[in-house]
Amino acid sequence: MLRYIAQRILAAIPVMGFVALFVFLLLRLSPGDPAAIIAGDAATPEQLEAIRERLGLNEPIYTQFFDWVSRLLQGDFGTSILSGTPVIDMIMGRLEPTVSLALTTIVLAILIAVPLGVIAAWKHGTLIDRLVMAISVLGFSVPVFVIAYVMIQVFAMNLKWLPVQGFKSIFDGVGPFAERIALPTLTLTLLYIALIARITRTSMLEVMGEDYVRTARAKGLREGRVLMRHALRNCAVPIVTVIGIGFALIISGVVVTESVFNLPGIGRLTVDAVLARDYPVIQAVILLASLVYVVINLLIDIAYVLLDPRIRYA
Amino acid sequence: MLDGMKALARMPARRGARAALMAAAATAVMGVGLPAQAETLRVVMHSALRVLDPIITTAYMSRNHGYMVFDTLLALDENFEIKPQMAESYSVSEDGLTWTFKLRDGLMFHDGAPVTSEDAIASLARWGQRDGMGQKMMDYVSEMVAVDDATFEIKLKEPYGLLPGSIAKPSSNVPFIMPKRLAETPASEPIAEQIGSGPFTFKQDEFQPGVLTVYEKFEDYKPRDEEPSWASGGKVVKVDRVEWVVMADAQTALNALMSDEIDYWESPPYDLLPILETNPELEMRVINKMGSTTIGRPNFLHPPFDNKAVRQAAMVALNQQDIMDAMIGNPDYYKICGAMFLCDTPLETAVGAEGVLEKDDLDKAKAMLAESGYDGTPVVIMHPTDVGTLRTQPVVAAQALRDAGFTVDLQAMDWQTLVGRRASQAPIADGGWNMFFTTWVGADVFNPIANNMVNGRGPDGGGWFGWPDLPKAEELRDAYARAGTTEEQAAIAAELQALAYDEVMYIPGGQFTAPAAWTTSVKGVLDGPAPFFWNISKE
Repeated sequence: MLRYIAQRILAAIPVMGFVALFVFLLLRLSPGDPAAIIAGDAATPEQLEAIRERLGLNEPIYTQFFDWVSRLLQGDFGTSILSGTPVIDMIMGRLEPTVSLALTTIVLAILIAVPLGVIAAWKHGTLIDRLVMAISVLGFSVPVFVIAYVMIQVFAMNLKWLPVQGFKSIFDGVGPFAERIALPTLTLTLLYIALIARITRTSMLEVMGEDYVRTARAKGLREGRVLMRHALRNCAVPIVTVIGIGFALIISGVVVTESVFNLPGIGRLTVDAVLARDYPVIQAVILLASLVYVVINLLIDIAYVLLDPRIRYA
Repeated sequence: MLDGMKALARMPARRGARAALMAAAATAVMGVGLPAQAETLRVVMHSALRVLDPIITTAYMSRNHGYMVFDTLLALDENFEIKPQMAESYSVSEDGLTWTFKLRDGLMFHDGAPVTSEDAIASLARWGQRDGMGQKMMDYVSEMVAVDDATFEIKLKEPYGLLPGSIAKPSSNVPFIMPKRLAETPASEPIAEQIGSGPFTFKQDEFQPGVLTVYEKFEDYKPRDEEPSWASGGKVVKVDRVEWVVMADAQTALNALMSDEIDYWESPPYDLLPILETNPELEMRVINKMGSTTIGRPNFLHPPFDNKAVRQAAMVALNQQDIMDAMIGNPDYYKICGAMFLCDTPLETAVGAEGVLEKDDLDKAKAMLAESGYDGTPVVIMHPTDVGTLRTQPVVAAQALRDAGFTVDLQAMDWQTLVGRRASQAPIADGGWNMFFTTWVGADVFNPIANNMVNGRGPDGGGWFGWPDLPKAEELRDAYARAGTTEEQAAIAAELQALAYDEVMYIPGGQFTAPAAWTTSVKGVLDGPAPFFWNISKE
């Protein structure tokens, strides 16, 4: 197992290298000029040229690439072309809102969606099953921003229970943190409840017909034990996969949710950087997103082994 | 941490919300957090502050930031009169060749250093490398010398009546005064620190680009005794702290304003104004009465707009009413104005504009196009789809041009792609362009020197994108700069406007204003060419 993990980590290195090269080339070949953005509307061509020169944008692309990679290997992500702020500081400042939202959303979604999925499978074909599926379809179908605005209107504007927007670090107190993360979490959770509940239900229906479930029932086990111990555990692999991918999706940025609730997360940082052609920031956040996917895929694979003893990695 | 989240997550939503509120209240009672809310003004500006150096860029957010942190030697008041600001006084010699400036006593930078003549000279020199009006002024300057710590002279090669007007320039780039050590930074590099002598200090440690910018009252700032008027007069700060909070979503900003989570919103979109207007707990007013203008700029280098007759046909095909209706919608906030140096300014004139842009004159445009020799070459119009104030004009223009008989290629892109592409002088087939639209605040176009679009320096002499090569325009701009009286200036400006219309240097699309909104607890909001945060208090 350890050997497998080491192999996977080693295999991630060329993946990250390819991502770095691809992102770098894509940005340099895309239209847009950071010098023009810095200089503003009234800049003359001479002024633009002077700024390009200072930023090194006049250097050949391969020189710019190797400069960037060599600094990257020393742990230097560079500074924002526009604000001059170190990129690593910008990313670290944006990680907490994003990670917080990802954790609260996924935890809440699991707590609600897995029991819903199990119940729907157990009561297959009944009104409860149809109700759960209807909720799932609704969660999938309604755009996140619609749910977000409804949540704000009800809980913030009408009932005045929660603030409209913003983020407070958990280190500033659990109360302020919770009251600001509550609405974005609820909004995003609906989507993940739909996703996880459907997968749970489908997987449970598959295993409920298996011999070992019939055997468990034949042994006289209580239905709850049959469902949770014999059926659900054997459904864990697809459920964990969906949860893992969902977590990675949130970490790499949920722009609409972040924008509507004014959460200063990775998604907004990415979009702002792309619109401003802030190359060092875009390159760093995309590398980070790639790293998150690599790590989460690895963790999912490890979880497979822990959850299903039949799976072995050579 | 995770356990706490799980516990909270297990609660029913309503109970969880109540628990969260109780915890928040407990935190507030315990006095944890920022200074008292009443002393913090929370503001949503029109955009995020990204570039901190207000000299290296003309971005309006950087200009607004500059007004917080830095101060100016002179400033314009609301009557367009030039007033001393950091200067105690200024005078010109009888021969008009030496201007003497004396600084006020007690001016201090945020790092505790006194403001000296050397700081002012270095700041003007750096601004003079970047700004159009500054460059023109520097053409006339032979040297700037410090007489003593508080007095300096600007010696000229020949009289230049626009000198005080240039130094009092209210919009980008504003000649802000900074410490000499910062002002000696090359003009193509941003300054390393935000140390000024303005009414607010910049909190570098709390700055999060794209999220939050924080200023605190500069306790040692010495405001002038006069009443504030535009950027002149006493800049008395009445709050402890100003926070510029970035909100990407306008609906969120609206909700936040109505919930008292923010105090001031610089630029609500027009379609949300009816909601704001009917809310008794909010106030709304146009701060920048001069407003802004939107313009279409043809590219003089490539067909079909290298042909003056084709440009004239295109101008007649467009009309400001359609552009303003699509862009602004509410006539309370726009006016049809053919004055290139804007309406309600000292240089307002309709010369050259009569009957050109004020009405739909499609038949005339068709006839002019038929006589122009237009061969059907497509007109490439760049269409930025991501900026609310710029996405409508190209669509209106494209349809009007099609109706007049033009072939139009409307190319959608984001604004930053447009900004990069418009710098290209390449032929259309190699990524060039024929026309784009942009907007300017009035203070950036209200005279022939500030207004970049009447610059006739061409593609190789420092012309602005579109590059008209019109030596006559430069002669008139020089004459304007030398003019001794306002009457003479107005006459030259009118002649330049007539030339600009005849050549179609640009197509004015109308003049518009945008109101700001704030809660009724906010008092003392000032008018100005930019949003100012001195004189504002919270009750």
